[in-house]
Amino acid sequence: MSSYTQKKGFGATVWDYITTVDHKKLAVMYLLAGTLFFAIAGFEALLMRIQLMKPNNDFISAGFFNELLTMHGTTMLFLAATPLLFAFMNMLVPLQIGARDVAFPFLNSLGFWLFFLGAVFLHLSFFMGGAPDAGWTSYASLSLYSPGHGIDFYVLGLQISGAGTLISGLNFIVTIITMRAPGMTFMRMPLFTWTSMVSSSLILFAFPPLTIGLLMMLFDRMFGGNFFDHMMGGNTIIWEHLFWIFGHPEVYILVLPAFGLFSEIIPAFSRKRLFGYSSMVFATILIGFLGFMVWAHHMFTVGMGPTANAIFAVATMAIAVPTGMKVFNWILTIWGGSIKVTTPMLYALGFIPSFVAGGVTGVMQASAPLDYQLHDSYFIVAHFHYVIVGGIVTALFGSAHFYWPIFFNRMLNETLGKWTFWVFFIGFHLTFFLQHFLGLMGMPRRVFTYMDGQGWDQFNYISTVGAAMMGVGVIMMVINCLMSIKGKPAGRDPWGDGRTLEWSIPQPIPFYNFRQTPLVRGLDPWWIEKQEGNKEVTFAEPIGDIHMPNNSAIPFVISLGMFIAAFGALYNPDADKPWSIYVLIIGLAITFGAMITRSVKDDHGFHLHKEDILEIEEHLYGKGGNK
Amino acid sequence: MMKGLKKWRLFSLLAVMMVFLSGCGEDYLSTLKPSGEVGQQQLNLLLLTTVIMTLVVVVVSVIYLLAFVKYRRARVGENVIPKQVEGSHTLEVIWTVIPIILLLIIAVPVVTTTYKFADVAAMDEVDEEGNKTALTVNVTAKLYWWEFEYPNQGIVTAQELVVPTGEKVYFNLIAADVKHSFWIPAVGGKMDTNVENVNKFYLVFDKESQDLKDGVFYGKCAELCGPSHALMDFKVKTLSPDAFDAWVDAMKATEGQTADKASTDLGEATFANSCLGCHAISGSGAGGAPGPNLTTFGDRNRVAGFLEHNEESLKAWIKNPGEFKPGNLMMNAEGTAPIYGDLSDEEIEALATYIMGLSVEK
Amino acid sequence: MDFNTKFTPHTWPDHPEQATMEGKNKVVGFWIFLACEVVLFASLFATYLALKNKGPAGMEFTTQGLYELPLAFAMTMLLLTSSLTSVYAIHHMRNFNFKGMQTWFGITLLLGAGFLALEVYEFYHYTHLGFTFTQSAFATAFYSLVGTHGFHVSLGLVWISTLMIRNAKRGLNLYNAPKFFVAALYWHFIDVVWVFIFTVVYLMGVIG
Repeated sequence: MSSYTQKKGFGATVWDYITTVDHKKLAVMYLLAGTLFFAIAGFEALLMRIQLMKPNNDFISAGFFNELLTMHGTTMLFLAATPLLFAFMNMLVPLQIGARDVAFPFLNSLGFWLFFLGAVFLHLSFFMGGAPDAGWTSYASLSLYSPGHGIDFYVLGLQISGAGTLISGLNFIVTIITMRAPGMTFMRMPLFTWTSMVSSSLILFAFPPLTIGLLMMLFDRMFGGNFFDHMMGGNTIIWEHLFWIFGHPEVYILVLPAFGLFSEIIPAFSRKRLFGYSSMVFATILIGFLGFMVWAHHMFTVGMGPTANAIFAVATMAIAVPTGMKVFNWILTIWGGSIKVTTPMLYALGFIPSFVAGGVTGVMQASAPLDYQLHDSYFIVAHFHYVIVGGIVTALFGSAHFYWPIFFNRMLNETLGKWTFWVFFIGFHLTFFLQHFLGLMGMPRRVFTYMDGQGWDQFNYISTVGAAMMGVGVIMMVINCLMSIKGKPAGRDPWGDGRTLEWSIPQPIPFYNFRQTPLVRGLDPWWIEKQEGNKEVTFAEPIGDIHMPNNSAIPFVISLGMFIAAFGALYNPDADKPWSIYVLIIGLAITFGAMITRSVKDDHGFHLHKEDILEIEEHLYGKGGNK
Repeated sequence: MMKGLKKWRLFSLLAVMMVFLSGCGEDYLSTLKPSGEVGQQQLNLLLLTTVIMTLVVVVVSVIYLLAFVKYRRARVGENVIPKQVEGSHTLEVIWTVIPIILLLIIAVPVVTTTYKFADVAAMDEVDEEGNKTALTVNVTAKLYWWEFEYPNQGIVTAQELVVPTGEKVYFNLIAADVKHSFWIPAVGGKMDTNVENVNKFYLVFDKESQDLKDGVFYGKCAELCGPSHALMDFKVKTLSPDAFDAWVDAMKATEGQTADKASTDLGEATFANSCLGCHAISGSGAGGAPGPNLTTFGDRNRVAGFLEHNEESLKAWIKNPGEFKPGNLMMNAEGTAPIYGDLSDEEIEALATYIMGLSVEK
Repeated sequence: MDFNTKFTPHTWPDHPEQATMEGKNKVVGFWIFLACEVVLFASLFATYLALKNKGPAGMEFTTQGLYELPLAFAMTMLLLTSSLTSVYAIHHMRNFNFKGMQTWFGITLLLGAGFLALEVYEFYHYTHLGFTFTQSAFATAFYSLVGTHGFHVSLGLVWISTLMIRNAKRGLNLYNAPKFFVAALYWHFIDVVWVFIFTVVYLMGVIG
């Protein structure tokens, strides 16, 4: 069985990545794809900031600016933040619960390819007649009025990538429910696993309303439906409700795993278990639950009436309570600990004040009558960037440093990492702090330009300077990542302060993760073993056969079929493109053909025997290594 | 590390100073300098929440900095294993109850004000003769301009809202094409103009606008509505009640005013040929015109809501409106030429003079 | 237990669908998927209720005038019965009676196809009255809600028949038992959704 240890050629490696169902390889693919889209969306933001640097600027035209703001928001939320968090979830959740893979490896791969090809489809709009231009919220009256195919790209692209996200979310939940190692009870699960599970449940309940909303828009735009046409009895407010029933939980879908990541980083570098673990779990679930009760606070000015506004205002404020619990628990984890200021810890420390600042402006906007002033002004732009950059992006950057050795068996450079942090962090506050005041001074959001003499010039200029600093920070981060290729292998538990199971695995991690399933004896199992002077975790089983899933190209083919079909659907309403219907049929035929192949062909996976395992480990760790 | 912290402190100091230096924005545009009851109460809420929230940020930051300074590994020793504390019920209760109390302090004024701002019952009150007692303005938002109809007075204008000071002015808001949002930052919060239903709210204007820099308050569209969303500005002129009544009378007196195709004035003739189809020049009547009513054009503060108010910009606008407001409906569907065709320079010249002369105040 | 182990009715486990890790994952995952479908249909129901009887000025179609309860009742009976027959099929699956399972699934398919035929007739009938998809917001919402359900039914028919054909020759094992079980679960779900459609759309439309 030397096929496990052979070196592969380039073509074989590419094929391996297209067909892989290994959660670790998929995590790397999510990481790369997410970074790509993060860079694209960041570049779009820079273009917009340049345009707004001075009044009456003509760097970018009005229509193109709207395309940029739409694609920036859509890409950052759906195609950058989500996959980057999925990268960490994919990599860490099975390792943290002591599993050899996720519950549905095949679906894991399908989820990735649907997301990725949907994202590519959406971005092709730039080269095929214009990107969507109705904002990431795509409110119905404007999106139905919008000419060209931009909105159609939005609808179909999000439908496909949304299906991928949904599939992945379902997969994580089942994995966490059924695949935990012996002894890994729910209340011993690392907090990142907990937040991943709650966040996945949110995905499960939040994405279907979006799916339906997008379907309705598809019907209205392509098949003459009347959901949002008020002349025909339709109602555009339905779209707003459906969108925000999805859109508000989406914020928590992203921020909860970020909380989880910090709940791993802070205890590790404080050398202290997480303070109030059970109340952290409770707060996570409560935030997830309340997250569904508050969507209409995005619609205070829509005219829902005072009763609805008052209810949603108070409900929204309630979310501040569990969030506050979390913040205090983090601080109390630091209190009395032994704090090592590494780059990930620096991000965690920068996160706390930034995120609290974003949170309190959230409470201000929850005050409905005050929100009449703040809504759709630059104040809200400042608020959600404080939450998303201050909460989620810092989590992603910090955990990239923290978990780089798990992903690639390499460390990122600490000195450069700290420099990156300061450049990015200062740039971030420079960009967004003053935007609160721009909003209060009457500047509406989503404006492509502004006249002078309104008192906004200076702050906008400073904001653009800050954005440039953030750009430099991101480039420094990418350089750091690229430099790590040449670095030394990091080895097992390179920070020395790892607490959870993922740090107990020898590096590089074999594709079956655990040679023997570990036995979990408490919260922070690896910390417990280390405190008892053990060099290995306790095992729950002797070395024996390991059952692993087969690779498969079918997920890629299914997604490719959808990708092709989407072009057919897109051009179908055009009278001058009669070929589009055939494209649609061919695409759907590919997808269904692949699905039927999947269900007709048995896939039992394969077994690794003891001698294969020993051979692989000898190859990875040298003779007699890692006993 | 500490060096970095100092830098951060210096920077925040700088930021705070800058905010003070540039004040709170302009009094015709800033929510921080309100000229009316609604805006004032919103500012009060802003101050209340800001004080409480700043308190929260300060408390969190102080504890956190203290923890951070006290417990760095360099201080506590490299090999120290801290006590693995599980948690504390007392502390959990404290930091659950205190935020709840703080939120209740905010929630009470929030709920009462929400109901107060939504109270538009007075809109339908009538006096003994059956006339409505409150002033109502029907606002229709259209692709990149605003129509203001005064149903009880039977007059209509556009782009520049004229209202009296010192009384509640009620608004009926609707959009004619896509969704917009009606916002006068210095007077009070916004309300969306939906396409399918009428939204109602009120504002109070305290200050006469003639003392302001441009003599008007600035109004904005706050909901993304297409390429020219950023340019969909309007202005608000507030008059004393007497001056407002005089203005209403002047508007009513323009009843039947029109342009004559056979006029010897080239401007009027051109207007009658090319513009009158969409733009009325009588302020009497109801709304619903395809283009803004131009009766008070000479009295206004801006051309097209945002360009300087002079004949030069008006001529440039007439020549190619699409250049200034992309996507506006004075252009044909392809956006290549104005729907009224190409006018000669001479005609545009005369037309600008004529339109600038339309006034009820002069 | 291995996938390819040959069983006798005696050695066949009580819950074959959950006897393997894969089977267990499948069942748990499918329940979660159904939760997700519930939200999907809830969104459609909410939209339908918001747009019921809404149309362009002067529209003559209303729920009272349009719907025919006897037809909807017949469809309900067909689908309810098919749900029952799929219970029999799973009962036989648990007893390792492959023939019995196939027979009852066959009957389920026939009943499902009958339901679908009636639905196609109903839509055909309405469009001939002028109540087309593009006629009004009401029509769009109606066809989207009921049509999405119909789409689920046809998907279920294709799914169950594929399973039956694929496994016709090899009988039951622990690899395909969870597949049959999950397909039956899906069929029940479709049935439950229809009960809500019958109540909310037809009953409340005609009587309420």
